[in-house]
Amino acid sequence: MKTMFNKIGFKLILAVGVTALLTIGIFSYFNIHSHSASLLAEVELGANQLSETVIHSTRYDMLLNQRDRINKIITTIGEQPSIRTVRVINKSGAIIYSSHKEDIGRMIDKNEESCYACHAANKPLERLPIKGRTRIFRPVQSAPRVLGIISPIYNEESCWTADCHAHQKSQTVLGVLDITISLEEVDKQIQKSEMEIIIFAITAVLALSFIIGFFVRRWVVKPVNELLKATNQVGVGNLNYTIRDRRKDELGMLARSFNNMTQKLSEARMQLFQSDKMASLGRLAAGVAHEINNPLTGVLTYSSFLLKRTENNPELHEDLKVIVRETKRSREIVKSLLDFARQSVPKKNEANINEIIERSVLVVENQLSINHIKLNKNLDLSLPTITVDANQMQQVFINLIVNAADAVGTNGGTISINTALITLSPYGITHIKKAICPKRHDLTDNEYKIDGMPSIKLKILSPAGEDIVHFDPVYGRNRHLTNITELKNDEKVVCPQCNTSLMEENVKCPKCGSAVISFDIPTQGKFESCTSKSCGWQRWDAVDNEGKREYIEIKLSDTGCGIAKEDLARIFEPFFSTKGQKGTGLGLSVIWGIIDNHNGTISVESIINKGTTFTIHLPLRQAR
Amino acid sequence: MNKQFDILVIDDEQVIIDAVNKICSAEGFKVDTSIDAKDALEKLSKYSYKIIVCDIMMPDYDGFEFLDEIIRRKITSPVIMTTGYSTVENAVMSLYKGAIDFIPKPFTADEILNSIIRAMKYSEVQKMLLASHIQEDDATIIYVPCPAKYYRLGYSSWAEEENAGSILIGVTDLFLKTIEGVEEIEFQKIDEEIIQGNQCASIKSKDGLVHNVLSPVTGRIIERNEEVLKDVSILEKDPYFNGWFYRIIPSESEYELKHLIPCSSDRL
Repeated sequence: MKTMFNKIGFKLILAVGVTALLTIGIFSYFNIHSHSASLLAEVELGANQLSETVIHSTRYDMLLNQRDRINKIITTIGEQPSIRTVRVINKSGAIIYSSHKEDIGRMIDKNEESCYACHAANKPLERLPIKGRTRIFRPVQSAPRVLGIISPIYNEESCWTADCHAHQKSQTVLGVLDITISLEEVDKQIQKSEMEIIIFAITAVLALSFIIGFFVRRWVVKPVNELLKATNQVGVGNLNYTIRDRRKDELGMLARSFNNMTQKLSEARMQLFQSDKMASLGRLAAGVAHEINNPLTGVLTYSSFLLKRTENNPELHEDLKVIVRETKRSREIVKSLLDFARQSVPKKNEANINEIIERSVLVVENQLSINHIKLNKNLDLSLPTITVDANQMQQVFINLIVNAADAVGTNGGTISINTALITLSPYGITHIKKAICPKRHDLTDNEYKIDGMPSIKLKILSPAGEDIVHFDPVYGRNRHLTNITELKNDEKVVCPQCNTSLMEENVKCPKCGSAVISFDIPTQGKFESCTSKSCGWQRWDAVDNEGKREYIEIKLSDTGCGIAKEDLARIFEPFFSTKGQKGTGLGLSVIWGIIDNHNGTISVESIINKGTTFTIHLPLRQAR
Repeated sequence: MNKQFDILVIDDEQVIIDAVNKICSAEGFKVDTSIDAKDALEKLSKYSYKIIVCDIMMPDYDGFEFLDEIIRRKITSPVIMTTGYSTVENAVMSLYKGAIDFIPKPFTADEILNSIIRAMKYSEVQKMLLASHIQEDDATIIYVPCPAKYYRLGYSSWAEEENAGSILIGVTDLFLKTIEGVEEIEFQKIDEEIIQGNQCASIKSKDGLVHNVLSPVTGRIIERNEEVLKDVSILEKDPYFNGWFYRIIPSESEYELKHLIPCSSDRL
């Protein structure tokens, strides 16, 4: 019960109800009051007119002193249902005529309520205003109310000159006509309208409360409850909870800003989580490196020492050479672990990709044959050597083969590795690694990646507002993330930081004639792009001038389970894993980083239950 | 000072002590060992050692503190630092603090041995220098110190800032004096990245040993001295000018040069 009183909806309804009750109550009170007053006034007027009528209609008979006729008139009038009594009282207080025969001749005390009006003062009043002449009383308790009106019968010339000589000239008031009228009907009417108004008031207050309650529930209670539920969810750590509220009022805005807040919070938490993971991984790597390096020193020193001493024993010497070589490899692996923790540059040397692949295959061959996986190698033996970090490349291939084996599972399948020397035009593959606005603000956005590559963030300014475009960082690929297809005349593309226009004045797209934007790529000149999404024309002179370039293409396909389309875009993100607890989710992001470090590209195509193909392109010569 | 050793090996790992002991003893060196730095300092006050091989990461008293302490005690024995946590910072810090060489773990027998042989030679050169001062015999120039505006990493490699913003690097005369004559030089390729405190070239001496040269700064190689590769005698004749190794574009020279020893300080 207490909680009900604490509810905002109840409080609002209560406030509205009380206000309505008060307003309607006061209104009803005055309404009833004036209604009954006007009813009484009407009765009063009627009574007064009746009195006048009685006095005037009996006047002539009075003068002629025809008592029977007067009696007849009074009795007839008194027979009317609403009229209780009609009496004429003479100056001395005796009832001389009455609608009730038995009263005739009875004396009336001066203190009786009908006399009171005039006889209140010591000397009886001679003239009375109409208000003073009426009175409302109850003859008996519990009996209906009665309106009494007294009309004094004044002395006139015709009275003292009449034949009967009953009245002197000196007299002012000859007697009084007293009529009492029952107010039973009027009271009933007042009571009825009172009842009606009370019923109306109650109905109005209830209806108002219900209507207000309905809207309060709809507009306030429900969204507030939804917000409350959401805050509770966020409170227990569920930052993915969003409020489905599309309304435009303040609570809708609150809900949207709440969603925005939780989204930001969840992103921040994710980032914190990732950097934390990264940091602890770095600490772990450093710790492991130190711990492994000591025993590894033992192995390497003893084996290399033995190697020196067994030069005369070729058989032993060869074996020891293997131990030394492999220990040195372990040393490089540990070092790369440390380098990974510190993200350092790769150690590049001339190497043959085919050899690196052969070595990688050796490592995983056992695992593949256990799982009945057939490995098809189709290596182009004429491949030239390429400047790469052989250890990192080996890491890439081992990782990809292991991933492929995981995808194939234990029921058997095929993994094929192809290498080839290909020539590609820079259009459609060259990655824009950094872009700057004329004021040298960095346009690359690491938060929004397209196929693992940081997008280029641009802002569209229009009279209606602004919009953000995530521009595809691959030359000529045009996979921008934007809602806008065509740029209108009053819109322009600007740097999101300084609002400097990136529009090329006086330049129109040679293909479709739309407006053209441009930005600088440090050391690689100007990049131009058509603003029409459907056209997609782009020009990058510095890269185009180099002409077609040679790449080593490595294709690694499997006949495994494939990757779902929604996952495909995210597989190169750090900590994205579909292997659950089995993997760290670092593999492909590290691979991506290694390939990127070699200025190469890696892409993936996959069909569910058919297989996946990773394609790596490594430039044969580095771009200048 | 009644006992004389050639080498003192300090490491908290017994296997490494044993390994170094074995390798050096096989070469005829007299080796003493310590499992921690405190014990080593005690031994240093009792006996004399020609050179010291010290680990950086040790419990209680680490290699850097040890290095500070022996410099405070004016012990002149050259120190070779090793560590399993071979970061650029550790390497540069060791050499800045006065160690003559830095060997990242795990090392091969040859790597430690070559460094020890160079250190022995270094020790001899220093002794000769001291002797020539006593005799006030300035006519015998033992080695040419590097020019004043150069910076050096330990005693082995130098770096010179050029006006264009590039940096020229090479090896010091003292380093050449510690090896038995240059037979062959091996360079890295143009465009490759070299990292401060990491190997950037190797010199094969006439006695067949291979000596790694640590790079004084981090950067990308834009030019190599092909003349030196063709005629190694240039290096010995003029190690500071005609005998340069690489011209590099530094990545963070301002920060890195602070951790090198300015050669102007050698002339005080």
